[in-house]
Amino acid sequence: MMDKLKKQLLGPSAESKQELLGKLVSYIAIIVIGGLVGTILVFLTIKGVALFNNDHFSLWQFLSGVNWQPSHHLYGALPMIAASFGVTVLAGMVALPLALVVALALTEMLSKKINQFCQPLIELLVGIPSVVYGYIGLTVVVPNLRQLFGGTGFGLLAAACVLFLMILPTMTSMTIDSLRAVPKQYRMASTGLGATRWQTIIRVIIPSARSDIFTAMVFGMSRAFGEALAVQMVVGNTTIMPKGLMDSAATLTSVITTGIGNTVMGTPSNNALWSLALILLIMSLAFNLLIRVVSRKGAR
Amino acid sequence: MRPEKIDRIATIVILGLTGVVGLLIISLLVYILATGLPNISWHFLTSSAEAFKSEGGIRDQLFNSLYLVVITMIVSVPLALCAAIYLSEYAPANRLTSLLRLAIEVLSSLPSVVVGLFGYLVFVLKFGMDFSLLAGALALTILNLPILTRSCEDALQQVPYLQRQAGLGLGMSKWRIVTKIVLPAALPGIITGIILSAGRIFGEAAALIYTAGQSSPAIDYSDWNPFSPTSFLNPMRPAETLAVHIWKVNSEGLVPDARAVSNGSAAVLVITILLFNLLARYVGHLIKRRLVK
Amino acid sequence: MKKIILSVGIAVIIAGLGAGWVVAKKQPPQEKVTIVGSTALQPLTEAVVGKYPNSNHTSITVQGGGSGTGLSQVQAGAVDIGASDIFAEQQDGITAANLKDHIVAVSGIVPVVNKRLGVDNLTMNQLRQIFTGQVTNWREVGGPNLPITVINRANGSGTRVAFEQTVLKPGTHSVNAQEQDSNGTVKEIVKNTPGAISYISSAYLNRDVQPVKLDGVRLSTANITTNKWPLWSYEHLYTKKRPRLATQNFINFMQSKKVQNSLVEDANYVNIHDMKVERTADGQVSERK
Repeated sequence: MMDKLKKQLLGPSAESKQELLGKLVSYIAIIVIGGLVGTILVFLTIKGVALFNNDHFSLWQFLSGVNWQPSHHLYGALPMIAASFGVTVLAGMVALPLALVVALALTEMLSKKINQFCQPLIELLVGIPSVVYGYIGLTVVVPNLRQLFGGTGFGLLAAACVLFLMILPTMTSMTIDSLRAVPKQYRMASTGLGATRWQTIIRVIIPSARSDIFTAMVFGMSRAFGEALAVQMVVGNTTIMPKGLMDSAATLTSVITTGIGNTVMGTPSNNALWSLALILLIMSLAFNLLIRVVSRKGAR
Repeated sequence: MRPEKIDRIATIVILGLTGVVGLLIISLLVYILATGLPNISWHFLTSSAEAFKSEGGIRDQLFNSLYLVVITMIVSVPLALCAAIYLSEYAPANRLTSLLRLAIEVLSSLPSVVVGLFGYLVFVLKFGMDFSLLAGALALTILNLPILTRSCEDALQQVPYLQRQAGLGLGMSKWRIVTKIVLPAALPGIITGIILSAGRIFGEAAALIYTAGQSSPAIDYSDWNPFSPTSFLNPMRPAETLAVHIWKVNSEGLVPDARAVSNGSAAVLVITILLFNLLARYVGHLIKRRLVK
Repeated sequence: MKKIILSVGIAVIIAGLGAGWVVAKKQPPQEKVTIVGSTALQPLTEAVVGKYPNSNHTSITVQGGGSGTGLSQVQAGAVDIGASDIFAEQQDGITAANLKDHIVAVSGIVPVVNKRLGVDNLTMNQLRQIFTGQVTNWREVGGPNLPITVINRANGSGTRVAFEQTVLKPGTHSVNAQEQDSNGTVKEIVKNTPGAISYISSAYLNRDVQPVKLDGVRLSTANITTNKWPLWSYEHLYTKKRPRLATQNFINFMQSKKVQNSLVEDANYVNIHDMKVERTADGQVSERK
């Protein structure tokens, strides 16, 4: 009798057993995810450096060369890097302010009814396949651009327009979430001090939601950065250095999608595509880190 | 200028821009539906696709899309939710945690075509899954995890800390607090996250071309045995989803009515996501009501 | 109570799955044949699979992925058949001697232009000049005053390899132009862009775009079979040197007169039995024996 009681008192309680289980489950989950990311990174790195290790192509030539002609073993990736960066920044620069404005209007100004109507609408748009955006780009955006600016219509600007349409819903929906996360008391306190709505927005709400807004931007822009099918349809896929917004160009993703099916695994031209994928990854990594640093500074 | 005036101008500008964006979005949706709806008929929804004759339908593709979302969710929701619980409740604020967070964000910036190729080399070839729904679901899980983890974590974080303290005060273990207090309170947010990510994978094509494949062999809807090779429930069969079908019909379709099929499929896709959205919202609402009681 | 219902439910599901597994195991095993490769050929192959009489014993999966993928996978032994638009000899990184070529169809390649352009005939020389960038305005080849928008096919794609082999002189290469990798997208762009020229596989030709005559010769099955229309290519199914019986049976079926006369011709490919000439990997055309 005493022993049993002693055991009960000294042994781990039911609560702590549960706690252990919970910890185990969540640790396993995070290890799986971490392992997955690790595997993908290692995998991509191995595949990506094969061009330089096995085929002895110089890294510097790869990064600074402007000629991409796999049939002549010329792999200069600079035009693609520039184009990828260009369209993403362009699309992001237009989409971010608009997403912020829409999110502000929905969370701070418009009535709940409109809100209830708009949010599912935005979530709906997130799900439209990129192929559909691509075809809208091909049949609506490109002809209009051709009418407005001349040329063929295919090019950086067309890609940026399509990407803008694609990432706007994602960004808006995430910005709305981040604005909603700002506690109501902040708004009340600010209003109580006699601030106008605009002052509240610009001085209180946006600063306190800043890091989440940045995250929304990263998510949106990384989707733009990695988008392949839609961009490929409207960007023109010309592997030369673009000189203007209306010039047709090729992005990292569009070259990968176009080329991967037509090359044989293990050949230099296939390895070069994997190197492009690795660059894509490194660039988005750098991008993420940059945003992190910026948002951490802002938070202080 | 007086603050009130600035406020008024700002309000007008914000609402004006919102109106423009709203108009843009609505015209986009109207465009998709207007070009697609005339092509949708009962026949279109219930017959199988044709290789190079017109009048093909999308029955199998539609089912495959839905089934694939279900399988992906079965794999990814528990994983993402547990990871989110870790990040939000257990993770110590140190370098390792921020490295993990960074890793998840990096995952989100992986281009889907790269994920597809990774899935092809690892799941399809290395693990010998062949082109199958399961390989597709795993590839989609990779795409899905970051956004899902992120939104689950956000939902958990939004539950006031006071509630956790109350639980701790009652001597509950952290895990109990999470499952009994935090999770229920965060459920609506989690469900929104699931809908959002489901929407994204519903429309995914690039990652599936090399994993779930681009063909739909004949499947038998009366065979409920998931181990039978022709059963519609078999997760090891290759399956073409609706988004892949749109891509395929547009790029290498031999059917004379390719445009009509792809427009119709796009409209069906949008409507399905809409229904899916509404249903999930309704379910979330129900759960919330039951919890309040 | 809830717990009992739950555990009974789980038990029923597990029992059901177990029973299903046992039943599935007892069914006669099916031979599996996987075909991976050329996206252009995929619709035809799928249609043939749909009509395959042996489908009870053999389950055949057709996947796209591109000719390069098909060839490298069949070389690696990961799939049974690699579908390709080009000869294995022409593909970098493939040891053609280890593979066996099965020609299953012939596909014409046709230059197409925008319908409103008003050009429907070009000489081979003009076509060459357009695709090497020596001619950049339609005025120079008898069209309206409009810049030429060249839309090439993706580097390494089967259609492009065959096109360049016939049109370009050895040692020259195409102008660095827009590239698209699928027949459908090319068609869509040519349809929507005034002044655009590209080329597609004849199976994909429809009223959206204007086919161009070459030196006055029209694209037709008869002209392809005699090489009067020189732009054509084979559709190949590659296997290892000694394919399995199930694989060989399917290929035999696809090459049979019955399939060639019906499905292959319905899909606007050219029947392989009609060909009066044959072509080698390095582009030599000779009388068919």
